[in-house]
Amino acid sequence: MEKLETTAWSMAMYRVSMWLKSPKPYLMVIGFGFVLSFWYLSVEIFKLPRFESMPGLTEVWTEYWSKDPYYGLSVYTPEYYKHIGISLRRIAYAFLLATVLGVPLGLFLGWSKKFREYIFPLFEIFRPIPILAWVPLAIIMFSGSETPVIFLTFLASFFATTLNTMLGVDSIDEEYTRAAYCLGASDWQTFRQVIIPGSMPYIFTGLQISIGVAWFSLVAGEMVSGQYGLGYVINTAYTMVTYPTIIIGMITLGVIGYITSAMVRMVGDYMMQWRVRELALGAN
Amino acid sequence: MSAMMNEKGALADKGAIRIEDVVKIYDPDGAAVIAVDHCNLDVPAGEICMIVGPSGCGKTTLLNAIAGFHDITSGAIYLDDELLCGPGKPKAEPGSDRVVVFQNGALFPWKTNLENVAFGPLMKGEMSKADIYDKARKMMADAGLDGTENNYPGEISSGLRRRVEIVRALMNEPKVLLFDEPYRALDSLTKSVMHEALLEIYYKNKVTIFFITHDLEEAIFLGHRLVIMTSRPCKPKKIVEVDIPHPRDYSVLTSPRFKEIMAETKGLVIEEAKKAFEAGEKEG
Amino acid sequence: MNLEKLKSKLNSRATLRAITAIVIFLILWEFGSRSEQILGFRLPWIGLVPAPSGVFAAWAGLLGDTSYWGSWYLSAKRVFTGFFVAMLLGIPFGLYMAVNRTFNDIAFPTFEILRPIPPLAWVPASIIFWPTAEMSIAFVTFLGAFYTIVINVLGGAKSIDTRFFQAAESMGASQWDIFRRVVLPATLPSIVVGSAVGMGITWEVVVAAEMISGGGGSGGAGGGLGFFIWNSYLGGSYEQIVVGMLSIGIAGYLSSEGLRKLGGYFTPWLKTR
Repeated sequence: MEKLETTAWSMAMYRVSMWLKSPKPYLMVIGFGFVLSFWYLSVEIFKLPRFESMPGLTEVWTEYWSKDPYYGLSVYTPEYYKHIGISLRRIAYAFLLATVLGVPLGLFLGWSKKFREYIFPLFEIFRPIPILAWVPLAIIMFSGSETPVIFLTFLASFFATTLNTMLGVDSIDEEYTRAAYCLGASDWQTFRQVIIPGSMPYIFTGLQISIGVAWFSLVAGEMVSGQYGLGYVINTAYTMVTYPTIIIGMITLGVIGYITSAMVRMVGDYMMQWRVRELALGAN
Repeated sequence: MSAMMNEKGALADKGAIRIEDVVKIYDPDGAAVIAVDHCNLDVPAGEICMIVGPSGCGKTTLLNAIAGFHDITSGAIYLDDELLCGPGKPKAEPGSDRVVVFQNGALFPWKTNLENVAFGPLMKGEMSKADIYDKARKMMADAGLDGTENNYPGEISSGLRRRVEIVRALMNEPKVLLFDEPYRALDSLTKSVMHEALLEIYYKNKVTIFFITHDLEEAIFLGHRLVIMTSRPCKPKKIVEVDIPHPRDYSVLTSPRFKEIMAETKGLVIEEAKKAFEAGEKEG
Repeated sequence: MNLEKLKSKLNSRATLRAITAIVIFLILWEFGSRSEQILGFRLPWIGLVPAPSGVFAAWAGLLGDTSYWGSWYLSAKRVFTGFFVAMLLGIPFGLYMAVNRTFNDIAFPTFEILRPIPPLAWVPASIIFWPTAEMSIAFVTFLGAFYTIVINVLGGAKSIDTRFFQAAESMGASQWDIFRRVVLPATLPSIVVGSAVGMGITWEVVVAAEMISGGGGSGGAGGGLGFFIWNSYLGGSYEQIVVGMLSIGIAGYLSSEGLRKLGGYFTPWLKTR
């Protein structure tokens, strides 16, 4: 009997090497180059109408890397990292709280038909309300400027996480729960041994969506009320007419958003070794 | 090691199933689909009983009723003279005395093969963990599965997965093994290997096997007796004793007695299949 | 038959349970809002929220107010315009990426890098670029829906079973035929799902943009339900805030459901599952 040895790491390394040999990385660079050169040309060289009032590529780039930035924010200024840190902290609180509350709620909604019939309609009444519509109410309810922002972010995350977790439970093939009962498992054991692991793929997809909407809400919240944070940076840069900073803020958001999402995905991959290996070997 | 099967005497001392006048109607107030109509069947303890019938005829319903996944509308089912389900108790409780091996395989993808095999006893908690794992390893080795203990089901071939599932069921020392067309998705070469493997396992562990299939060849090769079911609603149309002696191997497939039984039964099976086809039955 | 089904659904145990939970919730809310009167001290958070009785009274009053319905109209107009443009551009973009490998390798990484930037972060840049405030809102709305639709179209197109292509080719279909008769219909379910989700996001963005441009004092785009909420807040009519919230929720729900029904009309084969 052959021993099948695949580790997620060796599979990943193999796929990276294959990727580098393909035309993919070069096409990707072409794509970036196209967008960046369009930006550069339309703003700074051809000075197309509407485009010319936008901050240009070189302007943003030099600003970003300058030791004494004209508008106050660059890689070298501590304020830059302060804003990043504050946004990250808010995301962390909101996201973790939403996960801790949302996952069990979603699991329970999926598992117990009775509970679902009671609670899900109520949940569905609140869910379509856009997060920003909660701003005034949040300001009224919570004192200070920090809590409303975190509350809004939490809310967005919470709805996404709960819903996806519930769908995750729904997605579990009936045969797995039947097999568990057959083999002598009790209700609680089935819940722990089948439902929870079985919903994991959906839960983690949900968490990735959840962190995406968390950033969405956070930025909105920071733009409307609050001090510090990347949303605040962007909004202030606009009102203070320090336009290159807007772009710096946006790019930072993009990068940090991507990194946090990737982190969630990596945690998921780590916790679901079985799925990584299964996917790596391809469907068989 | 491999016992000689005596058709007259009992093959085992427990695991006899008696299906008495069972009726199952789905959605009685709506579509009123009669799946099983006054079905009577006796399965002696320790026997391999093959249920052959066209798609959608209701044979899976019978299996589900025995396993405890569905209720029955009327009639009764007994296991060793104990009532599983019947008047006053329309639904049996699923239990490890009647373990199901599912059509699409229900090995938990998030547990290793060893953890899967050990699942039943671990849930019951009657033995120590160390003992359970020892037993699991031994049974896996017996079934030719050593070396795959720490792999996930997604990493091994479907034929091996089937075997793991059977060992998982056997770990619980069940009275009855319920097979729901387990080899349906396998190619015929793998099937033949699986058949011989199943018989080997059977010779080492005397259990009653209730095996649903639409493959007549498979049925005659494996079974002590064949029950040919009518199309929906299902009832036994004809019961054939397969008096080819055990232990059997693939040479049986070309033996004259095998061909005789084939000739006897083929026509009946095709007749029912045609009826099902005309009725537009979909696979269950 | 349909009326029968509706009747039995309304009377069912599930509906009863749903209504019970909602009623209990409303009672608790009412109690919490009036906690100062009833208990003598104000409960934190809930005690500051306007009571449901007040909210429903205010709502009843607004039903006759044309400017209230005007807000509905304005927001809906923005949502559907932005959404429509997003579909117009997003569906072909997604399909082309799915069909043409090279284009995918060029465009997708850039798309993926831009995607994590929340649409609202684009608002200032959008305001600078576009001549009118209305267009800048439309652009941001478009962005929000665009990402979702493209991702869903891509996912749907990529998961088309290759055997469908093989079957079509063996029956002599041209590339265009294959696109029209295999790729397009097979992706339709994903487009529908993407649209329903994208619709929800579009409402989020519209409301946010209305509040920011209305509340942020940059002037220009007035009206709309988001603006209504913000205005009510500034004017101190707290009951109206909740009315606005629930109104948007209903509007969002109706548009998503409408889209789903419409999508179902285009994908009749899914109903037989």
